[in-house]
Amino acid sequence: MRLKASVFALFCLIIELLGIALYLRGFFPPAEPLAGSGPNSTQLPPPLFKRVVIMLIDALREDFVFGPNGKRFMPFTRQIVEEGSSHGFIAKARAPTVTMPRIKALTTGSIPGFIDVVMNLNSPALLEDNLIRQAKDAGKRIVFYGDDTWVRLFPRHFTEHDGTTSFFVSDYTEVDNNVTRHLDSTLKRADWDVLILHYLGLDHIGHISGPHSALIGPKLLEMDDIIKKIHTSLTARESEDAPPDLLVLCSDHGMSETGSHGGSSEPEVSTPLVLISLAFPRKGGAFQPSTVEQVDLAPTLALALALPIPRNSVGRLLPAVVEQAPLREQLRLLHLNGHQLSSLLRDSNPTYQRQDGYELFRVAEKAHGNWMKLYLEGNTSEVLGNLGRKVLKQYLEALQSMSLALSKQLGRYDMYSMIVGMGLILEVLALLLLAMPEALGGAACVDVPLAPACLSLPFCLLGLLACSTHVLMCTSAEANCYFCSLPWPLAFSALLFVAALLCSLAAMAGKRFRLAGDPRPKVSSSLDWTLSELDILLLTGTVGQTLSLGASSFIEEEHQTWYFLLNTLCLAVFQDVCRKYFKERRVLGEEREESSLLPSTTDGDPLRPSFSPATELGVSLGAEKWLALTTPLLTLVCCRLLRSLNQTGVQWAHLPDLGHWLNNGEHKVFLSVLAVFSLLLIFLLVQRHCSLVSTIALALGLLGIYSYRAAVGSVLFPWQHTSRSISKGTGEARFVYVFVLGILFTGVKDLLCSQVTAAGGGGHLRSRGLWEVYSGMVLLVALLLRPHNLPTLACCLLVQTLMVQFVWERLRYDAAQITIMHYWFGQAFFYFQGNSNNIATVDISVGFVGLESYVEVPAVILTAFCTYAGPVLWACHLMCYLSSERDRAAGALSHGCYCLAVLRSVPAALYVALTTALRYHLFIWSVFSPKLLYEATHVLIAAAACLIFTAVDHDHACSL
Amino acid sequence: MWDVEIRGMTSAHAIIAASIFMATVIPVVLVDNFSVYGTHLVWLYSVACSVAVVNIAVFWLLGISPPTKKNTLNYKLSRLIRSCVYFVLSCLFFHAVVVLYGAPLIESALETFSLAVLLSTLTTLRCLCILGPNVQAWIRVFSRDGWVAMSVWDTSLQITSSCSIVGAWFGAFPIPLDWDRPWQVWPISCSLGATGGFLTGLLAAPLWIRWHRKQLTYKLK
Repeated sequence: MRLKASVFALFCLIIELLGIALYLRGFFPPAEPLAGSGPNSTQLPPPLFKRVVIMLIDALREDFVFGPNGKRFMPFTRQIVEEGSSHGFIAKARAPTVTMPRIKALTTGSIPGFIDVVMNLNSPALLEDNLIRQAKDAGKRIVFYGDDTWVRLFPRHFTEHDGTTSFFVSDYTEVDNNVTRHLDSTLKRADWDVLILHYLGLDHIGHISGPHSALIGPKLLEMDDIIKKIHTSLTARESEDAPPDLLVLCSDHGMSETGSHGGSSEPEVSTPLVLISLAFPRKGGAFQPSTVEQVDLAPTLALALALPIPRNSVGRLLPAVVEQAPLREQLRLLHLNGHQLSSLLRDSNPTYQRQDGYELFRVAEKAHGNWMKLYLEGNTSEVLGNLGRKVLKQYLEALQSMSLALSKQLGRYDMYSMIVGMGLILEVLALLLLAMPEALGGAACVDVPLAPACLSLPFCLLGLLACSTHVLMCTSAEANCYFCSLPWPLAFSALLFVAALLCSLAAMAGKRFRLAGDPRPKVSSSLDWTLSELDILLLTGTVGQTLSLGASSFIEEEHQTWYFLLNTLCLAVFQDVCRKYFKERRVLGEEREESSLLPSTTDGDPLRPSFSPATELGVSLGAEKWLALTTPLLTLVCCRLLRSLNQTGVQWAHLPDLGHWLNNGEHKVFLSVLAVFSLLLIFLLVQRHCSLVSTIALALGLLGIYSYRAAVGSVLFPWQHTSRSISKGTGEARFVYVFVLGILFTGVKDLLCSQVTAAGGGGHLRSRGLWEVYSGMVLLVALLLRPHNLPTLACCLLVQTLMVQFVWERLRYDAAQITIMHYWFGQAFFYFQGNSNNIATVDISVGFVGLESYVEVPAVILTAFCTYAGPVLWACHLMCYLSSERDRAAGALSHGCYCLAVLRSVPAALYVALTTALRYHLFIWSVFSPKLLYEATHVLIAAAACLIFTAVDHDHACSL
Repeated sequence: MWDVEIRGMTSAHAIIAASIFMATVIPVVLVDNFSVYGTHLVWLYSVACSVAVVNIAVFWLLGISPPTKKNTLNYKLSRLIRSCVYFVLSCLFFHAVVVLYGAPLIESALETFSLAVLLSTLTTLRCLCILGPNVQAWIRVFSRDGWVAMSVWDTSLQITSSCSIVGAWFGAFPIPLDWDRPWQVWPISCSLGATGGFLTGLLAAPLWIRWHRKQLTYKLK
């Protein structure tokens, strides 16, 4: 199958997009927590405990309490656990073992999925039903000291709180002293019901020097002292009539052998859970902690405090905690827990009736009913006790089974879908890279041996293997895998396609190596490219940027990478320009002919869109030289100014920037002047390419933009002295939309005309149509961008114009080089706008421009368009520029499209592989996952751009 | 002829490298609380000064600078003044480039300028010593088809200058990492990178020339 390079690139990107979609579906299995609170039981049994102190020690590993270290460093706790009235468990945490999701798990009893953290980035407060809210609703007074994650998760839930940040990891004494200093006074008071303490010091020590450091011992001793203090204080206040108090010692996650956490290794997930209360019987003899789930704490505490169990909890009551209560009460509590789990199972699983646990629970419930009947009849015989214990056992079995079924479908990667998606993406990348010599060759055609591959034996074998693996995976794994839930014909055809792609890949690779091994000079054209410094920079920059994504800091500060590369690029271009012009002076004689050749041929052809500044701007060659020399420098200055317009990233995001200064109400005048100036500049730069009608439309549109911003209240009208009431500016925005659509329509009409008319005049018409489409997009972006970002757009257009006029044209860069430069500029402008790799920087207000209320589809499209305005505008400019230049070879547009696809696929594919490898990394949620979403969206945008490229590219056809 | 020149260059390079080493070691004795990270600017200027002094001394003594046609005092004085002006201009140029790369404009201007001084010392000053304040000669050495070197010194100049600049460029990489190390503070990593690059260049130049001596055809003066 012989394809044009642009069509080939488009196909590749579309396949890649499908792969990424499948991968994302596997990476973020949607586990939507059910909103609202739990099934409200009418009457809850009385509380078992009066007050609760929850002491959470960050990164307290199980063996720090139950192991040999515990004996040495936590003698009091150990003694209480072994001999006192307490229960000790090893609570298993789920990955990711990071503090915030673990706190969520402890308080909601659910296992949070990745996507809900990403989705809730804008509202960090915990919206799900949770223990803290239930306690607050029940009128309990909660006091909190410790990690301020709690304060952010539960705003206004605490009657008193003092949050400490875990920002300075190197500090491990101050963070804990800040918690302990409140302890004495709080313990003396009686105005609280729940006290939560979160100690961070141990975690910090782990991060600094690991679990075997000398600092661990003193820290554990300090914690032991605090436990002793709390215990003494609680027991001193015990009175006969009220229920006793409870002290819970727990931890959010453990610590690996290197002191970090986030993964799912045994030491990271094993945490101690110790419940101390006088209500428990004293123990004697050997002590062996049993293993429970971390989420079991939420329902246990809820039932023990007579609160409803949080709705999404998958935990089950720890039977040991209630074993002192009368049998009737125990059964009642177990029934409550079972009822909550069964209703959760019914709501979240369509096939709940087939689940064993559900069936068991029904049976147990019936037996419970019979037992109650006997009990109420006053039967007190031995038989009743035995029967009750049997019911209890049935309940426990049912709870275990239901809890298991629930937690299985929550919070884990769908590895099979991920692997299939990743395989598809990597295959496409290999295909793109293997096709490079052909695609960038003169013909710009790619030969994909898909049809012969489909008839080969390896394909049949591979296809069979893939299909049988699929059947095996889907029948053996009881988990709900997305790829398995697809219709079987679809899944099979996808797998067959993967196999076919693999075979054609192998065929292409074989052909390539055979040709490379051939000593004939036929293929040498692809091998002896001489690389200039600029080429080296472009290649190493692309590769280096891709590799830098492996470090979380470089993802957070990706804008720095792009600014740095862009600066270097500008300097390299500057050097090229310098060389060209200074060499000319030295070897003037031979060069003159060539340089005088170009303008004369330009003048000779009237149809040709002229880019020579000598003819267009009426400047002499000498002036042109100086303009060419200043262009890269001017670009550098523009970039430096834009860089200080919006501070993004993480480390330096707090620094003051021009954007904040301008948006300050006092500097509205400056903002208005700047906006007017930028809009004027935009008009001047864009109108050159437009027809008269479009120019007028553009001018009116830009006026409309200013009046829209004035109506919204961000800029001032010069003649408007009385402060008008601020409106939503819907009318003004729609006025602009009309012009945007008008210009786009004119452009598309020209494009369609050029397709119809013969090749002669078509080119000119086509280029004008493209530029008009471009102008329409610029107008739309100008409407959507915040006024302080208008200079970004103006600078973008200025740089494009100058570069086209004086650099790209003059220095004869080829299509690939120009595409890479455009891509770099697009990336840098993405960040100049104030974007970052954090979801929080997406400007959602864009979705409301010109709309009365939130309408999902236009809002999402507008937001995506505005967020990716930089890359989109540069890609469109690339298309306009490459297609309007007749000097270029016929395949220039194809080359550009292909390069764009490669440039987008390389980072996307490698990033996907990287996130698979790092899926248990500490920062997977905070850093890597948002970036994954950005990458996916960017591939989507690039695919759309390639679609337009392909639609426009009619220069040549590839025949067999 | 060949070997003599190469040997001379190698020994000059060795002296310069040794001077950088001494500039790091000697202040430990003379200055209280001296450390490369803590009192970085002191280290930076000590390196810059020693490199400058040693360069000037070596090239003066060896007489590598291009032969002057006029030997009057006036002419020499004007050359000296022009050299100084060029040096200051190059400092400003490097400062501007570093600011364009994203260094803060006002806050740490002293640090940025110190880095610019170091870079100028490692590149421009050597050019001034070897080529003199002669723009045409600079363009000849550093233009593309250039790399047309007239002597081993030109080649050494090309290699050390580009190595210093590339070293400073690479030195900027670790700045965004969140390791909180003392050497990530501006401009320590860049100046260390520049110095490291310069030392690499000093080492690489003789080796490179020796390796390529068959291909190199220098016009003899």
